[in-house]
Amino acid sequence: MKLGIGISAAIAVVAILTIAMLTMAGWDRPPIEAVQSGFRGVGLEQVFNPRDVRDQLDANEVPEPFWPLEDVDMTTPKAGEIYENVEVLGHLPDDQFNRLMSALTEWVVGDAAACDYCHDTANFADGSMYTYQVSRNMLKMTQYLNSEWAENHVYPTEGASGVTCYTCHRGQPVPPAIWFEDTRPATGIVGNFTGQNTPSEPAALSSLPFDPYTPFLEKDQDIRVHTLTALPSGNESTIQQTEYTYSLMMHMSTSLGVNCTYCHNSRAFYKWEQVPPQRASAWYGIRMVRDLNNDWLVPLQPLYPDNRLGPNGDAPKANCTTCHYNVYKPFFGENVTGPYPSLMQPGPTREANLRVE
Amino acid sequence: MADFQSIYTQVQVSGPPEAGVPVPPGGLPREGKPFLTYWLGKIGNAQIGPIYLGYTGVFSIVFGIIAIEIIGLNMWASVGWDPIQFVRQLPWLALEPPAPEYGLSIPPMNEGGWWLLAGFFLTASILLWWVRTYRRALELGMGTHVAWAFLSAIWLYLVLGFIRPLAMGSWGEAVPFGILPHLDWTAAFSIRYGNLFYNPFHALSIVFLYGSTLLFAMHGATILSVYRYGGEREIEQSTDRGTAAERAALFWRWTMGFNATMESIHRWAWWFAVLTTLTGGIGILLSGTVVDNWYLWAVKHDFAPVYPDVLPAVQDPSAVSGAMQ
Repeated sequence: MKLGIGISAAIAVVAILTIAMLTMAGWDRPPIEAVQSGFRGVGLEQVFNPRDVRDQLDANEVPEPFWPLEDVDMTTPKAGEIYENVEVLGHLPDDQFNRLMSALTEWVVGDAAACDYCHDTANFADGSMYTYQVSRNMLKMTQYLNSEWAENHVYPTEGASGVTCYTCHRGQPVPPAIWFEDTRPATGIVGNFTGQNTPSEPAALSSLPFDPYTPFLEKDQDIRVHTLTALPSGNESTIQQTEYTYSLMMHMSTSLGVNCTYCHNSRAFYKWEQVPPQRASAWYGIRMVRDLNNDWLVPLQPLYPDNRLGPNGDAPKANCTTCHYNVYKPFFGENVTGPYPSLMQPGPTREANLRVE
Repeated sequence: MADFQSIYTQVQVSGPPEAGVPVPPGGLPREGKPFLTYWLGKIGNAQIGPIYLGYTGVFSIVFGIIAIEIIGLNMWASVGWDPIQFVRQLPWLALEPPAPEYGLSIPPMNEGGWWLLAGFFLTASILLWWVRTYRRALELGMGTHVAWAFLSAIWLYLVLGFIRPLAMGSWGEAVPFGILPHLDWTAAFSIRYGNLFYNPFHALSIVFLYGSTLLFAMHGATILSVYRYGGEREIEQSTDRGTAAERAALFWRWTMGFNATMESIHRWAWWFAVLTTLTGGIGILLSGTVVDNWYLWAVKHDFAPVYPDVLPAVQDPSAVSGAMQ
């Protein structure tokens, strides 16, 4: 009798835990693999499930060029001589120009023949559609990224990814991973969210602040909260600031598909000694995204129709996920710029191309 | 044979409920008509009630309800009074303390004023309940051990929500009322103060916390294992040979060379439990007031281990001259 009660209770507990494991988010069935990246025993390691990695590999295939770069006829006349109103790519031979136009239409609209997404097909030189103007700025931005941020973050020439339109767009006119300001101001006399305490998308559904992007990826609030002396020495960083930093770090961890220890030694998060070198790359990444948002994406706000703007009327902006899609390097580090050298640097009208119009 | 009432026992005492001795004049009466329940009898005494509330008990409950109402209604308001979202998001919802810029001043109600008010009522409720445990013990001619143990927990509560914020000059340093939010606060606190695992008082608190569970398991197991000799009737056995008490003591002497006594095991348990929150409170109170980075403090005092460098040296880009900020 007693044994029966005990066994029933044990079975009930096991059943409840099993159901919880199968139905709740955050559980993962084995195998879980761990790769050590630092000295033994300090927890510098990456944990991943090979099943997820296989899915990610499938979801991050780089599209093949329509024809290889070496087959491009470089003797054709320059695009700028044939067509009117070609500002960014006028220096390219016509064949290379058309190849890139087809590719980027495929990348951004999902259909290489959808010229009418940006062009008035009766007059291709007509630049009145907003998509035409945004695309022109995005082309400049891509060239800017691959040249100005080459050494510190996107590494297009070192056998690493680089950036094309597809890196963010993945065949969709609006990149799947963008963000808008999320303010949710206090209204009335009760129920103030104070910027947190509801499932936070950036921070892995924790109750941490739900908009770490505005302060860190648009504005440049201090991310660092630690004191660099054992005893108090004037650092007034608060717990609330720490929670914002924590939320940003959760976003980075999620968007790269890595643990904290991909960049940090968790015994002392701030320390630059005994951390893997990718932390420096991530540091530049934050500045790069801030640069993109302030100098390239926010200035496009007046061009967009209302349905492309956020709840506060702000322009869509980028964060780490916009390129990384939960992978430590976009496309697992496969180079995407090689077949498209015209995206690697601004054309001859370089100065003009380093700004938003 | 009638036995003590537990999940192991099929026999329960059943009879007219025990009303207890009369309440001395001047106090409120004990409340509720006592009754017996079979299922609670499985895990404790089958008789429920009467309960003595008195003035401290009544006000404690009233203040406690006010605090929970303030917290709960603010949480509910934050999801737009949607009952489904209130239930779904309950673990995430919170009532936050004032923002740091308010310091120790009184902020508008929706910017932390409600938090201060809820904190006041909750603290008043807890302190009144403490007075009640103290006075009930004296009324019964008992020692006041329960009250002092409870006060140790109250110490940690007050450090977190009142004493340390006062010392830091900001209500914003206090813990939010909420299930996940208070855990986020804890994680952020550890990060802000350079890893709380290097805080020796935090370490002591963990020792006493885990020690408490270990002692609880040892004591519980020992007494249950001599139940067949009447081991739960401790005092009347403690001087006799061959009794449950002696067997229980010998088990530990012969297993690990040392045994607590029937009396001392309860002192062990009491002190471990009390020291958990006592040392924990000290550790929290010192963070930010006396020590700002526990990792560096541990390095300074030579108890943070040094590991070999196996990774290429990385320089902080913000420290490179000419680098962007």
